[in-house]
Amino acid sequence: MGIEIGGILSFLVSFAIMASIYAIFSLGLNVQWGYTGLLNFGIAGFFAIGAYASALITTPRPTGVLADYVDQAIGLNQPFLVGVIGAAIASGLLAALIGLLTLRLRGSYLAISTIGIAESIRLFFNNEPWLANGPEGLSGLPQPLHGLVSPRYYNYIYLVIVLAFLALIYIALERGIRSPWGRVLRAIREDEVMASADGKDVFLFELQSLVVGAMIMGIAGALYAHFSVAIQPGVFTPLFGTFIIWTMLTLGGTGNNKGAILGAFLVWALWSWSTFFINRIVPPGFATRAPFIRYILIGLVLVIVLLRRPRGIIGEERQVSRF
Amino acid sequence: MPELIVYGIVLGSIIALGSVGLTLIWGITDLFNCAHGDQMTVGAYIALVVGSLFSRVGFLQGKVGPFSFNWGLLVAFIPAILISAGLAILIDRWVYKPLRRWGATSIVGFIASIGVAWALRGLIYILWGADYHFYFHGIRPMLFLPLGIKVRVDEIFIMVVAWAAVVAVYLFLARTKTGKALRAVADNPALARVAGIGTERMIVWAWAIAGALIAIAGMLYGIETQLRPEMGWIFLLPLFAAIILGGQGSITGALVGGLVMGIAQQVSTAWLLPSYKPAVAFILMVLVLLIRPQGIFGRR
Amino acid sequence: MTILRVEDVVSGYGSMEVLHGLSIEVEEGQIVSMLGPNGAGKTTLLRTVFGVLRPWKGKIYFKEEDISGLPPEKIVRMGMAYIPQEYNIFPSLTVHENLEMGAFIREDDIGPRMEEIYELFPDLTDRRKSRAGQLSGGMRQMLAIGRALMLNPELLLLDEPSTGLAPFLVDAIFDRVEKLNDQGVTVFLVEQNAAKALQSSDRAYILEGGEKKAEGSAQEMLEDEEIGRLYLGR
Repeated sequence: MGIEIGGILSFLVSFAIMASIYAIFSLGLNVQWGYTGLLNFGIAGFFAIGAYASALITTPRPTGVLADYVDQAIGLNQPFLVGVIGAAIASGLLAALIGLLTLRLRGSYLAISTIGIAESIRLFFNNEPWLANGPEGLSGLPQPLHGLVSPRYYNYIYLVIVLAFLALIYIALERGIRSPWGRVLRAIREDEVMASADGKDVFLFELQSLVVGAMIMGIAGALYAHFSVAIQPGVFTPLFGTFIIWTMLTLGGTGNNKGAILGAFLVWALWSWSTFFINRIVPPGFATRAPFIRYILIGLVLVIVLLRRPRGIIGEERQVSRF
Repeated sequence: MPELIVYGIVLGSIIALGSVGLTLIWGITDLFNCAHGDQMTVGAYIALVVGSLFSRVGFLQGKVGPFSFNWGLLVAFIPAILISAGLAILIDRWVYKPLRRWGATSIVGFIASIGVAWALRGLIYILWGADYHFYFHGIRPMLFLPLGIKVRVDEIFIMVVAWAAVVAVYLFLARTKTGKALRAVADNPALARVAGIGTERMIVWAWAIAGALIAIAGMLYGIETQLRPEMGWIFLLPLFAAIILGGQGSITGALVGGLVMGIAQQVSTAWLLPSYKPAVAFILMVLVLLIRPQGIFGRR
Repeated sequence: MTILRVEDVVSGYGSMEVLHGLSIEVEEGQIVSMLGPNGAGKTTLLRTVFGVLRPWKGKIYFKEEDISGLPPEKIVRMGMAYIPQEYNIFPSLTVHENLEMGAFIREDDIGPRMEEIYELFPDLTDRRKSRAGQLSGGMRQMLAIGRALMLNPELLLLDEPSTGLAPFLVDAIFDRVEKLNDQGVTVFLVEQNAAKALQSSDRAYILEGGEKKAEGSAQEMLEDEEIGRLYLGR
C-alpha cells in the first residue's frame, strides 16, 4: 500500500515539475503573443538554447577517458544559478538577433521564420558534434541542492525550486503588465498603427517583448535540462518544444497569465495521463503506437478550442481579444 | 555537381507540385496550411494500402514497364487522389470554413492548421507505426545520361507525372469556366461575390485540387525515397519557402519556387550535410522575406 | 413601376451608423443620381442596396419584392448589377475573361452578348487578350461596366463612374450610360461630379451626413440657385 501511494506521489511530483516548467514557457509566450501579438513559433529554439547554455555552463569540459566519448566546446563548471542566468541571457540574445532580422515581417511570415530558426538550431546542435556532442547530447547535468536528501526524494526539492521560479516570474509579469510598459504592449497588440501614432517606438517595444519572453523561455529550458539531467537535440522538436506550448496558452487563455499556467497543467495532464489510460484500453500489440493517440488528442484540443472558445478557458483580462 | 542539379530538378518538381495547391489555397483563403505536409503523408500512405491490396490481384502484380513499381501502385493513384481531395474538402468544411464565417484572422487558421497537422500525423503513427515503409523492394534500375549523370528510371516517371499534373491544373485554370472563376476569386474576392460567383463553392474546388496534387506529390516522393510518418512535415518548410518565393496565389511562382528550392537544397549538399537541407530552404525563405516579401510574382 | 424603393434604411459599418433613415425611389427606365460630399454615405447606400451590407433598419424593394438583407449572390440573379468604385475589375484576368466572369451565373451562350458589349465599348475589342490590370483608367472603367452588363441587368448601380478620369473620358462614360438607358436599363448612380451627373439624369437626390437633403428632377436641381451654391460649386 505504502509503495503504491509512493509511486503515485512520485508520478505526481514529476508531473508537477514538468507542468510547471511548461507553465513558465507559456508565461513567456504570453508576453510575446498574449500581450504583444508576436507570433513566435520557434519556442523550441529558445528552449534548446536555454537548455544547452545552462548545460554547457554548469558542466566541466570532458577530460581523460570521457573526452573520447563526449565532445563539448565549452564547459565552465559553474553552479546551477549561473547556468540559469546564462540560459536567460543566451536566449535573450538569440531573441534580439531574431527580432532585429524578422520583426519587420507580417504575422504569419514571422511565424514561419521562427519555425525555420528553431529547426535550424536543432539541426545545428545535431550535426555539429564538436559543440555539444551532437545527437547524443550532454548528460550528467548537475542538480542544485542534490546532496540535501536521498535521491528518492530529490524531486520534491526540485519541485520547490521550479515552483519558486514560476511564482517569481508570475509575480513579475503581473506587475509588468499593469505598468506603463505593459500597457504599451497591449496597445500595440490591439492596433499597431495607433500605437505608433502615439509616438511610441513600436519596434523597440516589440523587441523588448520578444527578448523578455525569450529570457523566460530560456530559464524554463535550463530548468528542464537540470530536471532531466540529460539533453539531446531530439528533445527540442517542434511538437514538444513549440506547438504543445501554443496549445497550452490557447486552451488556458491567451493574454492571461493565470490562463497560461492553467493551460500548461491541463495540457500536460492530458499528455502524461493519457498514456496511462491508453495503455489500459489498448490491446498489447498496439502498445508502441498507443502514445501517438496523444498527437491526435492535442491536435483536436487545439482545433476545438479555436473553433468553440478561442479566448481559452479563462479568456483575456478586460480587453477585447485578438480573436 | 551536374548530378546534384539533376537530382535537384527531380526533387524540385515534387516540391513544385506540392506548392501549387498550397499557393492556390493561400491565394483564395489567405491560409498558410501547416497541415499540407501531413496531408501529403496521408496521400502517400493511402496509396501504400490500396496499392498493396491491388497488388494481390493477379494482373496488377507485374512491374510497370522499366519502372520499379507494379501496376497495383499505379492504379492506386486514383483512389489516393480522390480520398485526399475528399479529406481536404472535409477538413475545410469542419475547421476553416467556420473560422471564415466568423471573420477570424488568417492567423487563427494558421494555428488551427497546426492542430490538424498533428491529428493527421498521430493517425499515421497509429495506423502504420513509426517504421519506414516502401512501395517496393529490390534494385532500382538506373539510366545513364551524358556527362556521367545517373538517374533512376523511376525519376523519369516522377518528372513526367509531376509536370503532367501541373499542366493539367494550368489548363483547368486557364480554359475552364470554373478554373477562371477560381482565378477571379483569388484576384478580387469582393468583386467575385458581386458578380454572383459563390466564393465557398470555389474554395471547395481549390481544396479538391490541392488535395489531389499533394497526394500525387506524396506518392511520387514515396517512389523516390520511402514512406515515414514525418515525411510530409519535413517537406513543409521547402513548400512554404517555395510559395513565399513565388508570391501569394501565383501558380507560376510556386513552380519556380519549387524548382529553386529543390535545386538549392541538393546543391547545398556539396558543402553541407544533407540533414541541413531544410535549413537551406529556410534561409532562402528569410532572404526573400527580407529583400522582396511579395515574392517574384506576388502583387499585394 | 418603381424598380427600386428604399424605405427608412439605417446602415453602417461595425458600430458606426452612416445612413440615418434614408428613403429613395427609382422609377423604371430612369437615370437617377445621388450626389453629395465625401463621406455622405453614398457608397454605403449602394452597398446596402446590393446586399454587401445588411440594413440595420428599414426595407429595400426591388421590382416590388422585398430584398432587405438578401446577399449579393441572390440579388444579382434578380436583375440588379453593381459596379464598385474601386477594385472593380479582375486585374490578372484578361479583358475577355473579365467579361466571361461577369456572365458567370448565366448558363446560356454568352457570345452574342459579348459582341454587344464590344460594340458598346469598341476600345475594348483591341485589348481582348490584355490583362485587365494593365489597362488605363478609362478602359478599366469601361470594362467594369461591361462586366456588369453581361447579365443584362434591369437596374445598374454605378459608384462614382467618373473617379480619376479625364473630362473627355467622363463624357464618354456618361455617353455610354445614356445609351444603355435608351436601351431600357435603369441606372442609379452615385457621383461626386454633380454637374455632369445632373446633365445625364432624370432625377437626383442630395445626400449629406447620411440624410437626404434634397430631391427633385435633375432640371430643377440644375436651375436651383441654392443647390448650385451648396453642391455644385457655383
